[in-house]
Amino acid sequence: MASFYDEIAANKRNSYLLIFFVFFLSLAVLYAFSYLFFYGSDLGLALSIILAAAYISITYFYSDKIVLSLSGAREAQKGEFPYLVNVVEGLCIAAGIPVPKIYVVDDPALNAFATGISPQKASIAFTTGLLSAMNRSELEGVAAHEISHIKNYDSRLSTLVVVMVGLIAIVSDLGLRQMFWGRRNSDGRGGSGGGIAILVSLLIVVIAPILAQAVRLALSRQREYLADATGAQLTRYPEGLASALEKIKKTGSVVQHASETTAPLYFANPISVGQLFATHPPIDERIKRLREM
Amino acid sequence: MAFGLELLIGGIAVVIVLAVVFFVFTYNSLISKKLQIDNSWSQIDVQLKRRFDLVPNLVETVKGYAKHEKSVFENVTRARAAVAGASGMAGKAQAENMLSSTLKSLFAVAENYPELKANENFKMLQEELSGIENKVAYARQFYNDTVLSYNTAIQTVPTNLIAGMFNFTAREFFKADEAERQNVQVKF
Repeated sequence: MASFYDEIAANKRNSYLLIFFVFFLSLAVLYAFSYLFFYGSDLGLALSIILAAAYISITYFYSDKIVLSLSGAREAQKGEFPYLVNVVEGLCIAAGIPVPKIYVVDDPALNAFATGISPQKASIAFTTGLLSAMNRSELEGVAAHEISHIKNYDSRLSTLVVVMVGLIAIVSDLGLRQMFWGRRNSDGRGGSGGGIAILVSLLIVVIAPILAQAVRLALSRQREYLADATGAQLTRYPEGLASALEKIKKTGSVVQHASETTAPLYFANPISVGQLFATHPPIDERIKRLREM
Repeated sequence: MAFGLELLIGGIAVVIVLAVVFFVFTYNSLISKKLQIDNSWSQIDVQLKRRFDLVPNLVETVKGYAKHEKSVFENVTRARAAVAGASGMAGKAQAENMLSSTLKSLFAVAENYPELKANENFKMLQEELSGIENKVAYARQFYNDTVLSYNTAIQTVPTNLIAGMFNFTAREFFKADEAERQNVQVKF
């Protein structure tokens, strides 16, 4: 038990480190922007600090809603999905956490994810494809894995990563385009003094998404094994999850609405990418570990 | 010399403060573990109560299609009344087991009535009941998890010191016997 508590503490610590890191990263990016547009005035700096603080608070409090709307999820009513609601409620009793809001994503792929900044304010989502393909013990296995993410505070960390890091990537991408296309047309108005500043700005705008990507990849894989293990502890039946993973391997987990940004949240890789950038450990390895429990 | 004395007093003060901090933390964590056990036990009762409330509705629905199975209905009704009247932990557990097995035979009877099986209301009740049976099992599992965490705490160093001082005694696990395990895995 102790090791799980250690993991939870580590997750909470990493969440705060991430917030701290992202605050300064977004500050740097915004300041770089202000150099590009205001040529480094104090107004630009002040504006950057205010925007970065606003950005952090908005993403912290609305991250789960952003994620849910990005993935096109709708709330599951008990009348429509009594089976799913019962499974999730049962597992939450086993985990000793409040029942999260339950969502479904209309997509034939087999996948699921959990999001939210605390077990009290969590949401859990399943694709309709998953619901129709899995039997009860397999669905329980998948739901237990997601509930473990909530219980272990993985979903706080990964949700924050998704929203904060994802938006930074988008913003710096825009910045980069702006520089290459926007500035070229303004016929060298910047003069000599702005040369170094522009270079620094350029550097930050280029480096930020790479850093962000590194953080994201560092987070995800070990958490998946841990959630598999905690999930098996909840259902007392690792085979359910193992056989669910096998079905996913055969059918595929590529979700239409998933992007590179929301990928770390999911149960299995929702996008088809190479091993190098995979956010999830290989499915065969996960099955093997579960069968050895 | 005076400096040595100050150091000594300071040292003693630090030890006392640390001891108090340790004491408060340990005592509070034991109390919260104990409360969690009581809470998880009441969660089991919540689910059993929901099952209890569901039974009349279920019996009525089945009756509508299978009037002639009188003995089954009587058994279920009697078992439900026994649950309401049972006292003591063992007595309650036994009554709940009785209800579980009579419900099982009720669903076995329902198998013979295709129209009943196709009834939307019946299907919903069936799903609800198997959901509750699962939740009962999970609530018992969580109860045992909380007992394990508490019992481990009061028997291991250093928490056992505080536990001994305040008579924290080990709690009992919920043991499901073989028959009950099967009840939990109801397949209709």
